[in-house]
Amino acid sequence: MSIQVRNVSHIYSKGLPDEQLALDNINFDIYDGEVVGIIGHTGSGKSTLLQHLNGLLKPDEGTIIIGDVDITKPGVSMRDIRRRVGLVFQYPEYQLFEETVALDVAFGPKNLGLRQDEVDDRVEEALELVGLDYEEVKDRSPFDLSGGQKRRVAIAGVIAMKPQVLILDEPTAGLDPGAHKEIMQMIREIHRTENNIIIFVSHNMADVAELSDKVMVMDRGKMITVGTPAEVFTRRNRLAAIGLDVPPVTEMMYELKDRGVEVSTNVLNLKDAEEELYRYLRGKKAK
Amino acid sequence: MKSIIKIENLIFEYMGEEDQEPVKAINNISLDIEEGSFTAIIGQNGSGKSTLAKNLNGLLLPSGGAIYVNGWDTKDDEHIWDVRQTAGMVFQNPDNQLVSSIVEDDVAFGPENLGVEPKLIRKRVDEALESVNMGEYKRKAPHLLSGGQKQRIAIAGVVAMRPKCIIFDEPTAMLDPRGRNDIMDIIKELHEEGITVVLITHFMDEAVRAERVIILNKGTVLLDGTPEEVFKEHELIRSVNLDVPMAVELGAKLRSRGIKVPEEVVTIEEMVEFVCQYK
Repeated sequence: MSIQVRNVSHIYSKGLPDEQLALDNINFDIYDGEVVGIIGHTGSGKSTLLQHLNGLLKPDEGTIIIGDVDITKPGVSMRDIRRRVGLVFQYPEYQLFEETVALDVAFGPKNLGLRQDEVDDRVEEALELVGLDYEEVKDRSPFDLSGGQKRRVAIAGVIAMKPQVLILDEPTAGLDPGAHKEIMQMIREIHRTENNIIIFVSHNMADVAELSDKVMVMDRGKMITVGTPAEVFTRRNRLAAIGLDVPPVTEMMYELKDRGVEVSTNVLNLKDAEEELYRYLRGKKAK
Repeated sequence: MKSIIKIENLIFEYMGEEDQEPVKAINNISLDIEEGSFTAIIGQNGSGKSTLAKNLNGLLLPSGGAIYVNGWDTKDDEHIWDVRQTAGMVFQNPDNQLVSSIVEDDVAFGPENLGVEPKLIRKRVDEALESVNMGEYKRKAPHLLSGGQKQRIAIAGVVAMRPKCIIFDEPTAMLDPRGRNDIMDIIKELHEEGITVVLITHFMDEAVRAERVIILNKGTVLLDGTPEEVFKEHELIRSVNLDVPMAVELGAKLRSRGIKVPEEVVTIEEMVEFVCQYK
């Protein structure tokens, strides 16, 4: 399973005065089992790109091949695409609607035409996978849960369709630190169990550095960099030029370096920073 | 120093389901907020921080104890509008706070309702929009703005009412990093102009910018002091499932390995200063 995106462009309001090139000749590959973080500031085209990957939007030009299917070809069944590619929108908890948690999660698999017992199995599996106790939550109203729990129920609804590609648009936005950690843990767990492709958009650079095998940087509809977190976040000045930050801990190392302290800026998390500062300070009088 | 908000033995109970005991969201809190100060209130979900915020300007009324804003009891019907004009409030979701289809009309909504003279309203609206750097957007439609810009309009709407105090209830929770920085800069400027700021947040790196930090847990005050005093207690803070600021965590780890990072280091800037001494 892999994704190939070739020369994809998308124009909003084509032919109208407010015509806008939302995606400008995008090219990339995603391979089996990769976790990909997409960064870019508001309006850079991230969400537009995600919506192309599961066929909600069609490109004006270019091709998107998921596995062995070109989903941009006319006549491709949308149902097949959605079965392969599950998209979780921003604030997905606003889309919960059923009377009970179990019914809400069952909505997707039911629409795939699965038998009832298969649907039930998947619901249980999906709820456990997002870290909820099936027996405890299945008969509760989704509206009685906490914000973080609601979000996990909404994500379970997509996972229950067993997508080979799971796309999450800002999965941790608006959560408190506790719920934030739980969702991060959940994403790792889903990836470990399903070994699927996970693509997520985030403004939290620390999360992106931690989770991603590959980071894609977008700016004004263009894909400007694709690389490992280390490759992308060592170009701090280039990112700053398009209004993006490096993770806070990386920024701290850059500030030290700017002040003439001989430390490496190749630091992506707190552990790296601790080691690097320990190495630097150990020989000095600070010890 | 004169206090602008006085909280005395505040208790707030939410009614549970039928037959169930009411739930105490706030359990006997007493605090004074000094005029002109900048206080951050942090706590995890369910700690009572938003309930406390809504009690501060009479959106919720105490089940027990009392709150005085500029001397007025929030339970006193006759002065509820004085209370709300003294202590304005900015909420988390900007979309829920904008009422008009033109930015300047939206900002004028508050002062109009206060019965301010039209000529003065014009002046106040312009000044309020300038104070959040949104002057050039005054004739735009709010729904075409970004989240951060919308939140700035919501703040301008409160500023135009000339409150002495503004309570921000997680104002950056739904914003991207750029929007978040803009809002934090504006909060700081408003404070420098003399407005009392109460900032409810769950971002530690925002809390360290305040003069005073209060940590709530299960409806009571867990810690209260300067950022340095409060974040020294990093183990206690972690034990109630809260994060500590990055510099505090890093400092603690380095200390445990024998590097003498002072416990007063709570912000990134202070950590950078500390390391720079040894270059």
